[in-house]
Parts: sequence; structure tokens; C-alpha cells
Amino acid sequence: MIFGVPLIALASQLVLGLFNGAFYALLSLGLGVIFGLLRVVNFTHGAFYTLGAFAAFLLTSRAGLSFWACLIVAPLIVAVLAAILERGLLRKLYGLDALYGLLLTFGIALLIEGVLQYFYGTAGQPFAVPEALRGTSNLGFMFLPHYRAFAIGISLLLCLLTWLIIEYTSLGAKLRAATENSRLLEVFGVNVPVLLTGTYAFGGALAGFAGVVAAPVFQVSPLMGANLIIVVFAVVIIGGLGSITGAIVSGLMLGVLEAVAKVYWPPSANLVPFVIMAVVLFLRPRGLFGKGE
Amino acid sequence: MMSAPQPSPLSQKKSFQLALLAGCLALLAVAPLFLYPVFLMKLLCFGLFASAVNLVLGYGGMVAFGHATFFGGAAYVTAHALKVWNFDAASGLLIGVAFATVTGFLMGIIAIRRQGFYFAMTTLALSQMAYFAFFQAPFTYAEDGIQRVPRPDFLGIVPLSDNLSLYYFVLVVFLLGMGAIWRVIHSPFGASLTAIRENEARALSLGYRTNRYKLTVFVISAALTGLAGSLKVLVFQIATLTDVAWQMSGEVILMTLLGGVGTFLGPMIGAALVLTIQNYLASTAIPVTIFIGVAFILCVMVFRRGIVGEIDGLMRREWSIGSSRKKVEA
Repeated sequence: MIFGVPLIALASQLVLGLFNGAFYALLSLGLGVIFGLLRVVNFTHGAFYTLGAFAAFLLTSRAGLSFWACLIVAPLIVAVLAAILERGLLRKLYGLDALYGLLLTFGIALLIEGVLQYFYGTAGQPFAVPEALRGTSNLGFMFLPHYRAFAIGISLLLCLLTWLIIEYTSLGAKLRAATENSRLLEVFGVNVPVLLTGTYAFGGALAGFAGVVAAPVFQVSPLMGANLIIVVFAVVIIGGLGSITGAIVSGLMLGVLEAVAKVYWPPSANLVPFVIMAVVLFLRPRGLFGKGE
Repeated sequence: MMSAPQPSPLSQKKSFQLALLAGCLALLAVAPLFLYPVFLMKLLCFGLFASAVNLVLGYGGMVAFGHATFFGGAAYVTAHALKVWNFDAASGLLIGVAFATVTGFLMGIIAIRRQGFYFAMTTLALSQMAYFAFFQAPFTYAEDGIQRVPRPDFLGIVPLSDNLSLYYFVLVVFLLGMGAIWRVIHSPFGASLTAIRENEARALSLGYRTNRYKLTVFVISAALTGLAGSLKVLVFQIATLTDVAWQMSGEVILMTLLGGVGTFLGPMIGAALVLTIQNYLASTAIPVTIFIGVAFILCVMVFRRGIVGEIDGLMRREWSIGSSRKKVEA
């Protein structure tokens, strides 16, 4: 018993919190990378997440692909779509006030949502947990569903991988250089427009991947991304945009805090991310890990 | 987006504005003879809502993504006051506006700590927080909303029970609201606001407390938004979750953008257009979100100045050509 709550209940809520937090981390990571380079707050991010889940749903139910294949194929589909959007629409707004980018991606998100709603309604589509990950383990103090452990693990692995790429590879060095001064980088012979498209596609793929991993736990519905994206915005404000560590740490932290709130005072769980955001804005406006503007 | 009035063809412009105003008023006065009054009232409510948002968006240069909180919040408070506390229409409207003013101040004081897209994201997140709070508060009845709100007389003398008399009441309140917006834009305060929008660093170095200006306009906008929300309760007699949801904030930004950000009449025209198309789509199977999404994309990609902004640009060119011709003749 911890503060009147049985350990089992608390521990399983914490796992659920980490599970949600892993999604927050993946999404805010992509959002941060895109923002750093393109200076666009990508409202479409939630829709990319939804699209990843829908792609997995259609690939398994119509094309007969396995869940494992979907983990690769669905994010690729989302990445291609993101690349097309960047080339066709977003690119034309780069010279303008950054807020037009936000409004454009908001419109695209609504369009994607609306189209999915037209074909599939608002009800959720069921998506089975893959055979190999069914069942739970008894850890003594709690029961751990295998799939949740897998989802947390693979999401964090992907976050780590992204971090390593950005910090330690030459591609990452170019990305960081472009964030600092893209015009100078272009003078050095780096193809910056391709880099921008690639970054947007990569961010989209991360969101799509999160969507695939989320599909077996949450139902696949057209609105699944719309509500998530606002919490992710709060995560981004708390962590500080452009900070990779900030995105990962504050994503996980928020997931866990939400879970703790759910145990001790359920009605407050939905409010927690926003209350924390307001407090952070008051005490440290640039975010916990932000470097200032 | 909006530039200061040009001095040369001033009298010409002024008479044009007066003619436009007289025409609009006449049109609004006879409109219920031709169109369904409830739809017209909805139009007035959303026109005021969009114009209030425009105050922050167009004149303050801040993308506020949380105005649904003031609109729907005021609606909830007014509905509760009318139904449970038996307020009359005047005090019902007032308490709604008061609520919106206070929440506007609270949201503003947090959100103006960041600029640009941070401001947009912060207002969005805070309004989502308010959404959950309303959802869980017992007096809003969650998904059911507050239904069958009465339409009491205004100050005990003006009956509002039938649609036609309510229409003229809503029209008068709407005109007062629009008059307030006109005053704000054309006051020294409005001019300072434009200066801050154009170059905040410079305004700051000139000694303007820019944050105070931004907060003031945000609160004024919130209050007027609340007025629109409270009016909507009198018209539809319900207050629901849709009015506080973030999609509502997006929709009203679209209305403003479509009509013309930073133009006085633009938001009104944008609201009329969006509501008419929504009305039409309601009878088809196509989700409204598709239309709103496409409209957003078109606005941002093709005509960023909006309908009124584009027309204004054309007319300005005409005027400047006309006046330069006169100079040549003289």
C-alpha cells in the first residue's frame, strides 16, 4: 500500500503511464525535429499518427501483412505522404510568416481526419495484438502485459536511435548545421531542400510508427490523433521546442504523472499536462530544457 | 495585412464607408422578411465571434487558438444563470461576459509570456484544459449539455420569446459589439497595437509596455467573444460541449481568415460563408471537417488576404490610380 493505493494498482498504472509517455516522446520528438529545421509547428502530426494506425489496420486486414511488416511499411507510407505534402504545399510558405505553416498543417489535418471519417465513421476499428506478444508475466508485485512492455521498449529504442543519429552521424551534423544556418550550409554544397523534405518525412514516419504501435491498444479511429496532438503540444512547451532530451524526458514524465493522477484523483488526469504546462510557463517560459529564443 | 487609411482620397473613402454602413444596416433590418431568423441570428453571433477573434488575430497579430473557451464558457454560464438562477436576459448576458473576461485575463496572462506559435500552442492547450474542466463540472451535464434554456424578457420590458423580436434584440447587441470593436481599432490604443504587431521590439524600445497592450486586447476580445456565446444561448436555448471544443477555435479562425484577417467586415463575411456552406453540407454525407480543411488549405495557399482583403487591395489600387490621374490633370 502506498498512500492508500495497493501497489499492484499503482504499478500497473505506472506502466500504462510509461506506455502513453512513450507515445508523447515519439510524437514530440518528431514535432521538435521538424520545428527545428522547417520552423513549422506541424499540426498534421496527429493525423500522421492516425494514418500510421489506419495503414497498419488496412495492411493487416486487406493485404494480409503481419504486424511486424506493418511496423516497417506503415511508417514508410506515411513518410511518402509527408514528403509529398512538404514538396507540394508546405514548401511554398517558407518565406512567409511561420503562422501560415501552422494554419496550413491544421487544414491538412482536418482534411485527413474528415476523409477517414467519411470512409470509416467515428467508431473505432479493432486491431489484434500480435500472437507472440499476447499474455502477461507475473513480476511478483504486478502483472506486466507483454505488449505494453514491448511498446515501451521499442518506442524508447527509436527515440534513442534518433538521438544517436542526430548527435553522432554526419547526416545529423548536417541537420544541426541547417538548424543553425541553412543558407550557409547550402553554400557548402549541401542540398538543403532535400534535407528539409527528408526531415519532414522522417518526423511523419516517427508519428506513423507510434500510430502502428498504438493500434492494438487503443482502437483505430479517425480522431485518435486529434486529441493526442494537443497533449503533445503541451509536452513540447514543457520540454522546450528543439531539445531532443527535453522531448523524451518530458514526454515520459508527463505520461507517468498522468498515471499517478489517475490513481489518486481520476478527474484530474486529463488536466495534469496542461496544469504542468501553465506552471512551467510561469516559472521558466522557455521550457525545462529550452535554450532560450 | 491592414494598413493605415490613406490620406489623399479620404472624403471619397469616408462617403463610401457611410454608404456601405447604411446599406448593411438596411439589409440587416429587412433580412428576416426573406431569410429564416434563427439562421440570421446564428450568423450575427458567429459574425461577432469572428470579429472579436480578428481583434487579436488581425490587429494584435497573435494567433489565439483558444477562443472556444470564452465562447462556450460564457454560453454555459449564461445558460446556467437563466435556467437555474432565473436571471433575466440582461443579467444573464452580463454574467456570461464577466466570466469570459475573467477567463480571458487568466489565459492571457499565461499565454502572452510566449510569442508566435508558442502563443498559439499555449492558448490551444489551456483551452483544452478548460474543455476537460467543463466536461467534468456537474452543472454542464457533460454530453447532454444544458438544454431547454428559457428566453426571459430583457429588463422585464422587451419580450424575447418569439424569433422576430429576438432577432432585432440580437441585432442591436451585435451592432453595439461591432461598434465597440470599431472604437478599439480606431483609437490611439488600436494604433499602438498596430505598431506592436508590426515591430514589437521597436515599440518596446520606444517605451510601450507591449505585454500590457497585448493582454488588454486579448481580454477585450475574450469579453466580446463571451457576449457572442451568451447571445447564442438566447437564440438556440442550449449550451453544449461543441462550443468549448478546440475545433470551434479553429473554425472561427477559418471564418476570419476566409473573410480577411485585419479587415473590419471580413470576419462577418467569412462567418456567413462558412455557416452557409455548413448548412448545405449538413444535408449531405460529407463530413464538415473535409470542407473546413480544404478551405484552410485554399486560404493559406491561394488568397492569404481573404475575400475582403483582396477586394480592398483591388480598390486601393483603383483609388491610387484615380487620385494620381487627378494630380496629372491639375
